[in-house]
Amino acid sequence: MDAILVEELTKKFRSGWPWLPPVTALAGLSLSVHKGEIYGFLGPNGAGKTTTLKILLSLMRATSGKVEMLGKPAGDLKVRRRIGFLPESPYFYDYLTADEFLAFYGHLDGLERAELGRRIDHLLEVVGLSEARTRQLRKFSKGMLQRVGLAQALIHDPELVILDEPMSGLDPLGRKHVRDLILGLRDQGKTVFFSTHIIPDVEMICDRVGIIVKGKLLASGRVDELVSNGHTQSVEIVCEGINADEVPSITALATRVLQRGRHCLVALPGPDQLDEVLAMIRARGGRLVSVTPQKGSLEELFFKQDDMTVGMRSDTKV
Amino acid sequence: MRQVVVIALNTFRENLRDKILYNLLFFALLLIGFSVLLADLTIMEHQKIVTDMGLAAINLVGVIIAIFVGIGLVSKEIERRTVYTIMARPISRTQFILGKYLGLMFTLLVNVLIMLAVYLATLAVYRAPVHWALLQAIELIFVELLLVTALALFFSTFSTSTLSAIMTLGFYVIGHLTTDLKGIAQKNHSEAVQAVMTGLYYLCPNLEMLNMKGQAAMGTSVALSYQAWASAYGLLYAALLISAACAVFQRRDF
Ligand SMILES: Nc1ncnc2c1ncn2[C@@H]1O[C@H](COP(=O)(O)OP(=O)(O)OP(=O)(O)O)[C@@H](O)[C@H]1O
Ligand SMILES: [Mg+2]
Repeated sequence: MDAILVEELTKKFRSGWPWLPPVTALAGLSLSVHKGEIYGFLGPNGAGKTTTLKILLSLMRATSGKVEMLGKPAGDLKVRRRIGFLPESPYFYDYLTADEFLAFYGHLDGLERAELGRRIDHLLEVVGLSEARTRQLRKFSKGMLQRVGLAQALIHDPELVILDEPMSGLDPLGRKHVRDLILGLRDQGKTVFFSTHIIPDVEMICDRVGIIVKGKLLASGRVDELVSNGHTQSVEIVCEGINADEVPSITALATRVLQRGRHCLVALPGPDQLDEVLAMIRARGGRLVSVTPQKGSLEELFFKQDDMTVGMRSDTKV
Repeated sequence: MRQVVVIALNTFRENLRDKILYNLLFFALLLIGFSVLLADLTIMEHQKIVTDMGLAAINLVGVIIAIFVGIGLVSKEIERRTVYTIMARPISRTQFILGKYLGLMFTLLVNVLIMLAVYLATLAVYRAPVHWALLQAIELIFVELLLVTALALFFSTFSTSTLSAIMTLGFYVIGHLTTDLKGIAQKNHSEAVQAVMTGLYYLCPNLEMLNMKGQAAMGTSVALSYQAWASAYGLLYAALLISAACAVFQRRDF
């Protein structure tokens, strides 16, 4: 049995005006998440990630298609006891303190008092908010809210954890914490399903990824499979001491040559030409600074689809 | 059931931490105080003025709380997206609505009791008689508040806050004029007017049934059977509205 099973899911939003066509957010999405794995749900803005998660949690009704979680149809109240959810840029009752906030959710999940106290202590510790436990959430920073949101999703020790962009709004250290937290959950045998539009988040920790673009699953599988899947890896060479853009035999092989002061960057389409180009550089008295294989395939898969995503390239690569 | 109680208690706590409520309560106390001042300044019967105005103040402030907290009860949760994490829990949408309603009901009860205490104290100072009829009147005011809250909650499940406030206020006003509506319908010759007025008469709750402030201030009580019927009427109406609110909420996409 899969932890999550989605088949041919579609969602159309009525556009508010009868003469405008409905917006199709999901166009026949199918995916499955196995028990015990970390599954990254990757897609550009507006791809339909949040819509999918909302349908999973039955915050929204699908137009058509089938959704199952832990073997039960979405909307089953009992099964929700075993699922934790963190929505995108979460908003919470800001008049509660972190303690009261977690207790509220614990009560909804039916935790008994002693157990609840233990869980709250533990989770505040895990997300690093022990100091702020008696502070009202209105006084929390964005990153702190994200953390307390994570704690909320885990308060009842769920088997399946669903997170919508869990790392957004966090600083680099916070992102690392969340990554470690997710890995820790897998070590405990939990299933984690999270959405993101940031490729490194997925590459580092996911067992499998699904790439969603325009409401359809474009590709899915293990990260290394997707990365090596028939795509030649491009290579970037940085050298100094020569002007490579003045060497026709190099520019003929390279996809791009950039001169930056003393340094020269040569981008090659694949590793095949590497030896040849390195030899040419050396032959002209150039010195090698670095050779970097570009793990571009996830990104290529990601960006292959449409023009809309091109603008994002710059900010995802940094 | 536990879920309903958890939501209700949290709603009550939310209300307690909301400054609006204290301002309104302060306003009520001010009104009661003002009645005392007015009584001193006029040559009319002091006791009657204090008795009258106190009841009116409790009613007015109660209705303001019911409408303004009532419309935000569920719509604010949707606007602020706090429903997302709650609806992801093992709680049905109906339980959520019931919990929110129950929470505000509890808030209203506490508020009415506080105002009642101040009111009774004022009456004692003025040596005004505390007639059983006053308590009857206040019980019916409370039923009216429950009904108005249900109206506000119902409207807010499918329209904006402003619109909900206007509609609730409209129903509240018309609800106090229903007998007049019937009169207009009977006297008017235009069939359209007759149809609209009769329609409104049957659609709007008859809130005058729950209003016995006038008699109570004179010290005239009503039969217990009347009080029971009027309360049952108000509560049934509220229950219908809440059921309708649940039905609408059930279908909503967030
Ligand atoms: N309530 C709604 N009404 C109408 N259209 C909607 C609604 N919610 C989402 N959409 C549309 O559905 C599409 C998918 O949106 P969704 O929020 O699922 O994207 P996403 O993948 O989560 O993007 P992001 O990375 O920006 O969070 C978008 O085109 C969006 O405009
Ligand atoms: Mg999203």
